[in-house]
Amino acid sequence: MKKGRYNTLAGLVIIAFPLLFLSLFYIFPLMSIFKLSFFSDGGFNVDIFKKLFSKNYYYRVFYFTFFQALLSTFVTVAAALPGAYIYTHYSFPGKKLLKTVTTIPFVLPTVVVAAAFQAFLGKKGVINQVYASFSGGSGVLIHLDQTLWLIILAHLFFNYTIVFRIVSGFWAQLGNKTAEAAKMLGASGFKIFIKITLPLLKPALYASSLLVFIFCFSSFGVILILGGPKFSTVETEIYKQAVYLFNLPMASVLSIIQIFFTFLFMWLYSSIQKKACVELMGDFSVNPGKKAVGWFEKTALILNYGFVLLFIILPIASLFIKSVFSAQGFTFSNYTGLFENKLDSIFFVSPNKAILFSFIFGLLTIIFALFIGVLASFGIEHFKNRLSVFFDSILMLPLTTSAVTLGFGFIIALDTPPLNLRNSFLLVPLAHTLVAYPFVLRSVLPALRSIPNSLREAAMVLGAKPGQVFFNIDLPMIKSALITAAVFAFTISMGEFGATSFTARPQIPTMPVAIYRYLGQPGAVNYGHAMAMSSLLILVTVSGFLIIEKLGKDK
Amino acid sequence: MKFIKLFILICLFTVPSMVFAGQNAQLVVMTHDSFSVSKKVLKKFEDENKVKVVILKAGDAGAALNQAMLSKNNPMADIFFGVDNAFLSRALKSGMFESYGSPKLAQIKDDLKLDSSNRLLPVTFGDVCLNYDKAWFKKHDLMPPSCLEDLLKPEYKGLLVVENPATSSPGLSFLLATIGHFGEDGYLAYWEKLKENDVFIVNGWQNAYWGQFSAASDGDRPIVVSYATSPPAEVYYSKKPLTKAPTGVVTGNESAFRQIEFAGILKGTKHRKLAEKFMDFILDISFQEDIPLQMFVFPANKNARLPDVFKKYAVIAKKTAIVPADLISQKRESWIEAWTEIVLR
Repeated sequence: MKKGRYNTLAGLVIIAFPLLFLSLFYIFPLMSIFKLSFFSDGGFNVDIFKKLFSKNYYYRVFYFTFFQALLSTFVTVAAALPGAYIYTHYSFPGKKLLKTVTTIPFVLPTVVVAAAFQAFLGKKGVINQVYASFSGGSGVLIHLDQTLWLIILAHLFFNYTIVFRIVSGFWAQLGNKTAEAAKMLGASGFKIFIKITLPLLKPALYASSLLVFIFCFSSFGVILILGGPKFSTVETEIYKQAVYLFNLPMASVLSIIQIFFTFLFMWLYSSIQKKACVELMGDFSVNPGKKAVGWFEKTALILNYGFVLLFIILPIASLFIKSVFSAQGFTFSNYTGLFENKLDSIFFVSPNKAILFSFIFGLLTIIFALFIGVLASFGIEHFKNRLSVFFDSILMLPLTTSAVTLGFGFIIALDTPPLNLRNSFLLVPLAHTLVAYPFVLRSVLPALRSIPNSLREAAMVLGAKPGQVFFNIDLPMIKSALITAAVFAFTISMGEFGATSFTARPQIPTMPVAIYRYLGQPGAVNYGHAMAMSSLLILVTVSGFLIIEKLGKDK
Repeated sequence: MKFIKLFILICLFTVPSMVFAGQNAQLVVMTHDSFSVSKKVLKKFEDENKVKVVILKAGDAGAALNQAMLSKNNPMADIFFGVDNAFLSRALKSGMFESYGSPKLAQIKDDLKLDSSNRLLPVTFGDVCLNYDKAWFKKHDLMPPSCLEDLLKPEYKGLLVVENPATSSPGLSFLLATIGHFGEDGYLAYWEKLKENDVFIVNGWQNAYWGQFSAASDGDRPIVVSYATSPPAEVYYSKKPLTKAPTGVVTGNESAFRQIEFAGILKGTKHRKLAEKFMDFILDISFQEDIPLQMFVFPANKNARLPDVFKKYAVIAKKTAIVPADLISQKRESWIEAWTEIVLR
């Protein structure tokens, strides 16, 4: 049955474009920076490797990087799985809103999230103040500043939506005929979950936990800002070495090790996933969900709501509250003030312009990332095991590579026509695409793999051309995966500040750029403006993905 | 199919703009993210010299200098703005700047001229020092500190937040202040005692000021390492008009470190004449008088008048802690490593 699926030649043709993109904007810049780091004084620079392995410090950094990523992934999956279950199996008021809200953290700049967490969980934050007013004293209930727990919480905050979206998107397509059959045969709910649901969910579970792990593995802002100087991951170490110690060789060695591990994870994951991928039996009826009945289901529903409210909505809400309340009470001055260029600065960013540019980049990123990601997925589908695993792993690498290393690589590699992109505004959407298309790949590929090949074969037997098979069978079946992918691509682009901030570029006034400008100088007005702009960023992003989801549904 | 068509359409629009982008007469200035100038001032220069000035921003001060050094064989810009004295020797050693003895140098304060070869010319300066929350000290009926030694007293335990010198430019400047003040032999002992007195370390200025400083955030630390020009910014950007700054600074007893910012012409510029004109322009009165409110640092030009908010609320340290630029570039890494071992371990 599987024979007709593999066609190496066709695969190579399809995957050629994504590979070209990867080579030009990823491999080439990195190779240039590595070459400069290791061969600059004529010979190969060995000392740096000696230094790396002779210092206990770096072993600790590696250990901590793994440890926190593993723990964060575990906590995130454990927290999001019940959410995904409830989301796909029950209908309840505010269901859509819930899904939308969980995606918001993804766009928020870490500095802003840090401020939100401080307002919520800090020593003088909401929770401690409520506690103090009840206990009558000034006791501190929770003190999370610069602890491992704050890092884990922040990772949960940022990544909840990855697991939630990928798993619930997949779960919704599973249907429950198999589960119902098992139930009729007398299986208990727990047994059904372990024996049927969990194995069926495996591709989505692996995919999402891998993404979360990789994100936490290369976590930068959270570690730097919320974790503080006592915690160091490979990524923050690269930044320190390259930017503040001018030690490019050490930064490069660390980057290489980071890339090596990413490749290893991807290889492992991709091999497991190919084996574990469960083909579905054409059971694609999407379950609309039932109403919660009985105290148990209702409690579960409320607990789930409470969780999302506590860990995701409250920190976000605190931003909105800060944007409209000041020491003087309720005011919109933070918003109206955004339109004033008090100092006539050439870098002033008016909010309507910032929104426009952010939107344009978001749109470009969706187009580029979907184009590359979908081609890559279809290409990978065409190869037999080894090759498919290899290409899959290679194409996922940009997800974790240090923004500093890559940004510096752009500077020395993309400096001659026709590729002189150093000053081009295109560099921004291209950099965003590099981070976004692996998401497209991760959400489209499992969906593609779960389409039974017999469907395509049947269509071919009935005389359908390859194009017809693509548009009439593959495309409709991966539609919900595509929408998820588009939402991620858009969100990444709206909030992205990493890779592009390490590349010299003409200032293009996007919303995160404006937020950082306000936070760069002291003064209550600047802070207020940053909060207002962050709130606008949230609103614009949310309306962005509501539009994407609406468009997806209409077609 | 829609997507593919859209992709092609966008390529059609963007590719020509890339190709033709380089054809207007333009002067490119590379700088860090905090650079700013008013439209009016820059427009005047552009009109007088019939040139378009393009400003490339390249991250924080460290990241920007790194990128300029990486691209020195094929420079992206004609001018680099924003080398500070902690990186001065390093930048000069890279050999990427061309010497230019601007006639406007005569108007620049002499103690700021650290490069006798005139490859890097001083443009701005500002003192990194302790800032404190006036309201907090009043409420707790405590005197604010007046020198670095004060911070070791038990009554100041748990009040100070400092940036990590390995990830922050004011953090590095404050470390240099302690090295200048206590000497290379004494600074580590001082930090050890600061640690015992519960100093809190964060990775960046934004996190210290907006996350921990009691005068500006929900944090609970009333003393922070910031700039001596932060109080005027607090007044200028206050919600309602203030007659007093909400924060105070400690600059006495050699407790501050002066950051001097330099600019220079990049080797390989094809617009040497224009680049010289631009250097003259940024040292001259109109740009220099624009500096305080745009970037909240002091102008290097002695004749530049300060805006009222600076006259009233900004402080220039009488005597700062001094560490020679050469020594900084030699020892920076080992100082930071030693500091990390003592303070973060």
